[in-house]
Amino acid sequence: MLLKINFTQQRRVRLAQGLWLMSWLAVMCGAFIFCLGVYLKTELLRRNEVMENTEIHMVPNILMMVGLASIGTNWVASRVCQDSLDATRFPRWKVLLLAWFALAALLCCLLIAVVVLSYALQGRLEESLKVGLRNGIRFYKDTDVPGRCFQKETIDRLQMEFRCCGNSNFRDWFEVQWVSNRYLDFTSKDVKDRIRSNVDGRYLLDGVPFSCCNPASPRPCLQYHLTDNSAHYNYDFQSEELNLHSRGCRQALIDYYMGLMNSTGPGVLSVILRQMTVAASLRYLQAAVEGAMALGGTQRARRETSPGEGSRNH
Amino acid sequence: MALMLVKFDLKKRVKLAQTVWFMYWFAVMAGVLVFSMGLFFKIELRKRSELMDNNESHFLPNLLIFMGLVTCGINAFGGKVCYDSLDPTKFAKWKPMLKTFLVFCVGFNALLIVTALLCFLMRIPLQFTLAEGLRNGMRYYKDTDTPGRCYMKRTLDLMQMEFRCCGNDNYRDWFEIQWVSNRYLDFSAKEVKDRIGSNVDGQYLMDGVPFSCCNPSSPRPCIQYQMTNNTAHYSYDHYTEELNVWKRGCRDALLSYYGGMMNTIGALVVLVTMLEVAVTIGLQYVNSSLSTLANPEDPESESEGWILEKTVKETFTDIMAKMKAMGKGSKVEEGGEAAVATES
Repeated sequence: MLLKINFTQQRRVRLAQGLWLMSWLAVMCGAFIFCLGVYLKTELLRRNEVMENTEIHMVPNILMMVGLASIGTNWVASRVCQDSLDATRFPRWKVLLLAWFALAALLCCLLIAVVVLSYALQGRLEESLKVGLRNGIRFYKDTDVPGRCFQKETIDRLQMEFRCCGNSNFRDWFEVQWVSNRYLDFTSKDVKDRIRSNVDGRYLLDGVPFSCCNPASPRPCLQYHLTDNSAHYNYDFQSEELNLHSRGCRQALIDYYMGLMNSTGPGVLSVILRQMTVAASLRYLQAAVEGAMALGGTQRARRETSPGEGSRNH
Repeated sequence: MALMLVKFDLKKRVKLAQTVWFMYWFAVMAGVLVFSMGLFFKIELRKRSELMDNNESHFLPNLLIFMGLVTCGINAFGGKVCYDSLDPTKFAKWKPMLKTFLVFCVGFNALLIVTALLCFLMRIPLQFTLAEGLRNGMRYYKDTDTPGRCYMKRTLDLMQMEFRCCGNDNYRDWFEIQWVSNRYLDFSAKEVKDRIGSNVDGQYLMDGVPFSCCNPSSPRPCIQYQMTNNTAHYSYDHYTEELNVWKRGCRDALLSYYGGMMNTIGALVVLVTMLEVAVTIGLQYVNSSLSTLANPEDPESESEGWILEKTVKETFTDIMAKMKAMGKGSKVEEGGEAAVATES
């Protein structure tokens, strides 16, 4: 027998009551895990347009599944506690309890897997964001193409909300034509020069959209002719820091999502601990009640004691 | 003839006490709600105090916080009294102060109605505060090197982006002030000298707006400068252009935001007032039903409950008579003293 404890009738009753309370707390923990999963999934779905694949959605999906399963198993545990002190009703749970322990172990393993996955999938998330943001920046100008017409608004709002510019930094905008052809005067010399200056015939400029502007800058935002120091008074491109957001949107989004998942880490770990406590207490209760029933009614007149076991092997 | 007389037996009294106790706990939570709403409103006002001329009145949120706390206290006390009302020995110690408590509750309910009314009326002074504050804010936009005003640019930019507005009434307000700091103007350039020479105050005025006025929903990259010059931009007509910059003025935007908040809070306070009136009436019934037991020794005897012992008119005349008697009593004392003084 592993970790043997002796239980009197009174102690069994106390254990059953305490375990009933703990299993209801565990039900609420399960609901908490489910809500966490829903919140994470909502946040990921909000930025769906700048992500290329949905592999990272595995984390919230598992959290939601585990949350629901945990609610169910802990509710069953509370019913078992209620019936444990009644000798007529307890035997019907006997068969189910083995399956219950297996399920509880599985849930704990899944929760640990979720914590591990949230770190392991960071690389995949970064890749997905890289491709998604590159496409977003490329299609920024296509406000007249069905299916892409909201790309401009999405990227603008993203850059303003997360205080970032471009994919890795603001220079990403120099390599892409982000002004739609509808607003270019093809008869003017400047436009013709720029289009001829590169192989693909794109209108490239050393400028960024307004959403890259940093409100904390002391001077009005400089968006165009960024590399040309003589175009603006008292301006040095190399040393100018506050004019635009210096962070790239890929880094900003990764920091945000990693922060979210890290902050849920302690919550998940505490739920794992609680679930293991419930499982251990239920095992003690089961062994104690079965021992008491095995001793039979003849000993009911005397003070009843029964051994409680921590392991099945004996 | 009592007002709204109801006959009670023991079972009915117990049920009444339990219901009123339950309602008191709801009322405690309502008090917590009023408190938290006052706190929320205070924080929101503080967040934008720079744009409100630093002059905004915190009277309403402070009042809400105070009323929330008092509501919690009163309702907790009332709930305790209801809980004890089922036990005659415990109830006996509360009995003497119950009448005063009920009068206090009626006064408190009137104060709650006044609070709700204030929530709807405070919109008007807020309008003036906002107008003044925003106008000053725009004037100090360029002063990013003046201590005390260096964050005005950032505050205004963030506010225009968050509330999707531009300028005070509309974007043209930016045309009338200099919002570019002198540090970034090349005074040797012809264009700058022309603009400064074009107005009496020597300000660098232009037909442009800050970047925070830009509307992300526009299909074309934002046009911030030379907005009234159609030839400066390809395929641009500033009369028909709608999506380029935000059309709404920030005063309207902020007013509708705070106005909506105050309307919601006012509506909730009205609901809380109705709940308070209901629990006060319930407590009055509990009190009156327990003081009119047919047989005072027997807790199971029948009794009557009412809101007012006599009709409204009679109660009113009673109160007036009492007040006159109190006034006359002090006059009689004075008269007696004067008579004694003249006699001696």
